[in-house]
Amino acid sequence: MPMSPIRRKIQRLLVLFAFGCLALNYPLLALFNKITLWHGIPVLYLYLFVFWVLFILFIAIVTESKKLPRSSFPPLFSRKSE
Amino acid sequence: MLQEWVILLVSLCYLGTLFAIAYYADWRSDRGKSIISNPYIYTLSIAVYCTAWTFYGSVGRAAETGIGFMPIYLGPTLMAALWWFLLRKIIRIAKVYRITSIADFLASRYGKSSLIGGLVTIIAVVGIMPYISLQLKAVSTSYTVMLHYPDLAMIEEHKTSLWNDNAFSVAMIMAAFSILFGTRHIDATERHEGMVAAIAFESMVKLLAFSAAGIFITFIMFDGPVDLFDWAIRYPETSRLMQLEVLPGGYTNWFTLIFLSMMAIMFLPRQFQVLVVENVNEEHVRKAAWLFPLYLLAINIFVLPIAFAGMLMFPEGQVPPDIFVLALPLTEGQDILALFIYLGGLSAATGMVIVATIALSTMVCNDLVMPVLLRMLAIQQVDLSRVLLFIRRSSIVAVLFLGYLYYRLIGESYTLVSMGLVSFAAAAQFSPAILFGVFWKDAGRRAAISGLLAGFLVWFYTLLLPSFARSGWFSVSFLEYGPFGIEQLRPYQLFGLNMFDPVTHSVFWSMLVNVGLLVSVSLLDKQSTMDRIQASLFVDVYRHSGDTHLWKGKAMIIELKDLLARFIGPRQSERAFASYSRSHDIDFSKERQADAELVEFAERLLSGAIGAASARVMISSVVEGEEISPEGVMKIIDETSQVLEYSHQLEEKSIELETATKELQDANRRLKELDRLKDEFVATVSHELRTPLTAVRAFSEILHDNVEMGQEERQKYLDIMVKEAERLTRLINEVLDLAKIESGRADWHMENIDLTEALTEAVAATSQLFIEKSVAIVEMLPSFPIRVFADRDRIIQVVINLLSNAAKFSRREEGIVTVRLYFKDREIRVELVDNGPGIHPDEQLKIFEKFKQITDLRDGKPKGTGLGLAICRRIIQYHNGEIWVESVPGQGSKFIFTLPD
Repeated sequence: MPMSPIRRKIQRLLVLFAFGCLALNYPLLALFNKITLWHGIPVLYLYLFVFWVLFILFIAIVTESKKLPRSSFPPLFSRKSE
Repeated sequence: MLQEWVILLVSLCYLGTLFAIAYYADWRSDRGKSIISNPYIYTLSIAVYCTAWTFYGSVGRAAETGIGFMPIYLGPTLMAALWWFLLRKIIRIAKVYRITSIADFLASRYGKSSLIGGLVTIIAVVGIMPYISLQLKAVSTSYTVMLHYPDLAMIEEHKTSLWNDNAFSVAMIMAAFSILFGTRHIDATERHEGMVAAIAFESMVKLLAFSAAGIFITFIMFDGPVDLFDWAIRYPETSRLMQLEVLPGGYTNWFTLIFLSMMAIMFLPRQFQVLVVENVNEEHVRKAAWLFPLYLLAINIFVLPIAFAGMLMFPEGQVPPDIFVLALPLTEGQDILALFIYLGGLSAATGMVIVATIALSTMVCNDLVMPVLLRMLAIQQVDLSRVLLFIRRSSIVAVLFLGYLYYRLIGESYTLVSMGLVSFAAAAQFSPAILFGVFWKDAGRRAAISGLLAGFLVWFYTLLLPSFARSGWFSVSFLEYGPFGIEQLRPYQLFGLNMFDPVTHSVFWSMLVNVGLLVSVSLLDKQSTMDRIQASLFVDVYRHSGDTHLWKGKAMIIELKDLLARFIGPRQSERAFASYSRSHDIDFSKERQADAELVEFAERLLSGAIGAASARVMISSVVEGEEISPEGVMKIIDETSQVLEYSHQLEEKSIELETATKELQDANRRLKELDRLKDEFVATVSHELRTPLTAVRAFSEILHDNVEMGQEERQKYLDIMVKEAERLTRLINEVLDLAKIESGRADWHMENIDLTEALTEAVAATSQLFIEKSVAIVEMLPSFPIRVFADRDRIIQVVINLLSNAAKFSRREEGIVTVRLYFKDREIRVELVDNGPGIHPDEQLKIFEKFKQITDLRDGKPKGTGLGLAICRRIIQYHNGEIWVESVPGQGSKFIFTLPD
């Protein structure tokens, strides 16, 4: 049986999250920790903001990728509640 | 400079606008046309996360610690990646069980225990105090700045004098405002559409205001961010902010802040309120998961440029960085812009205060006061909806007053951000109980209580208490030497742990005891049945979806209705029952007894008003007879789970079957196709065999019938017969050969052969043909051996076939055929080029099919059996190679086959 699309999506998001946590902490962050301008912008600021933009982009790509079948999340109530 | 009345009037007008929006949203929602039911409003409402802390404090923090302000926004961005399934599950749980607040959520999860609800409420109120005082401080400071700038001394004096204190008026105005917003009536629902609409509007205002400030300061006062950074890097005072070292606590602190903000975005009571309780549709989470981080990015993009601009404009350090956003435009005389920015700050603060106080008042009312009240039976008989309203309103005032008190006692000695962090650390205490609670069934009630309590106490001792000491309310020696001089208990270096900054230190110890106790007590303790029921309902929420009936006893409909009326008002109660009877087709005028489903419905409705724990107590007071014993309920749940599990397995089986059926159908279709092809093949072969056979028969009949035929003529006919018979034999041989190859029965003698030598041999074998037709043959073969792994005879067969075709189609006397061997694309290629009539493009693919003969472009008559090339293709394919033809009619053709190197 192939992996269900919902589990695949959850795993992608978890990997994205883990990658984000790594990229934003020591030691990767330390690589950009220096007083230098790059195209007029301090490298540390540039790194963080570019990372930020890309991370948002990836969340959007993963969560908005193809619609899941209806049965992935069962409907809220089997009957009308009020 | 603006007059005081202008600022006051504008502020009041702004608050008035908020009311109008809230009123309109409520009015629309009453008519069933909600304006907040879309992911964009939902996203904007989550942005209540950005408070005055963001609006004023971020710049302040950037001016002191460079990127130190960013983890507060990067944490939520990281967390948003998990929303799609984590938040979604929490929302689903909250909707199914009508959760009204974070305290209610935890109380429900851990066996509907009012003890947990109360504990969470107390933690939330105490923990949020610094946060509310931060908002009061920000509003009161910004108002004073607007009034007195640039007279900084005046601002200082204004802040310290008790009688000029506008923070108190701010607190009271906000209290009135929250009361009007959140507690106009006790709804049957726990949601506040009007409030959400107003919050979304505020989020827009603060974003626009901050961006306006950013654009003005960065691009009009200075020449863009590059110019600012260029200035900043020249002075050590500013350039040091481009590194992480300025952050007290360095990477550890950075990590702690990311962790804290990850927890805060979900578990601060007000964030839980907008994310979970006020959520209209769980599908909205999908868009919010990336739109909200985008909002955070947008509101932070100008923070660093503004901080540098402020430091360059006020290098003497007289102006506190927290007010740079206002002070810079005011210095330039931009009063109107400053007023707009001030409104943005106001909106950031009011938004937070409104949502936080409404969330807290619901918690205080449902989880702290109600359980106590309900124990006093006397009160049970009166109309409680007024009492409820009164409790909520008083708790709003109380919460704001506590915030004010903290501000008066502590506020002056702290910056905005460090006050906020104290609250974040408190909110993080909820996270283990919730995260473990929704994924781990064995997390038990006593474990949750001990974890929460211990975490809270450690937080209180290591973070909140020191803030009082540092503000001089008791001796600083408490910090330096520990209580009663016990050094091991120094609040900032508990047990001698002195490598962390205070926040990290506190978070480390509190999370350690919190998670540690939660996990270890869960593993050691035995869960009560109620505990297990709720755990199972929460963790498996997608399976139960709220249709498990836990009530067996009978209740009178009229009593249920009365009970509801006492809490949510008669009109609301009447309306809810009417809509229930419509959707379930039950006529309440005929029925008198409520069934289990209706009792369940009433309990949920009541939960929305007074919380799960209290609702359970109330409902059990009107249900006659037995409530199902907890063991019975557990059995029901287990059975439901089993049935669901079973049906889930069935579903999987049926999916498997479907796949198998489809595969079988495909196989059947392929078989049919093969069968058809076989018939076609037999028909074609018979047809091909008949032609020479007919010829042989016709000529033998002629010879038979005409005995006196001349010797010469007879010889001619016999020649034809021999040729036709030869063709017949060849045809049959080829058919057999092809059939053998296709069925896989052919014998292959694969070995390492020298391709050059094989080609030479094939050319030699056909040389007689070329000599007969006077066609030249050119060999362009390497002088050294080319090793390939192949069946030598078969390869020679292919080349001979191709060569004899070439000879056949070449013009007598002027034909030239070239044989080449070369390497291309990591393959060995053999190429046979002739200058014959060429092949029509339509036929170039077909000629490799069975019985597709090449029509001679000269006389239109087919030559050959039509099987030769088909066999060639099979042979080459067996060798993992390819064969094809390139040709332009009139210019000859080029047959190429490849063999892997």
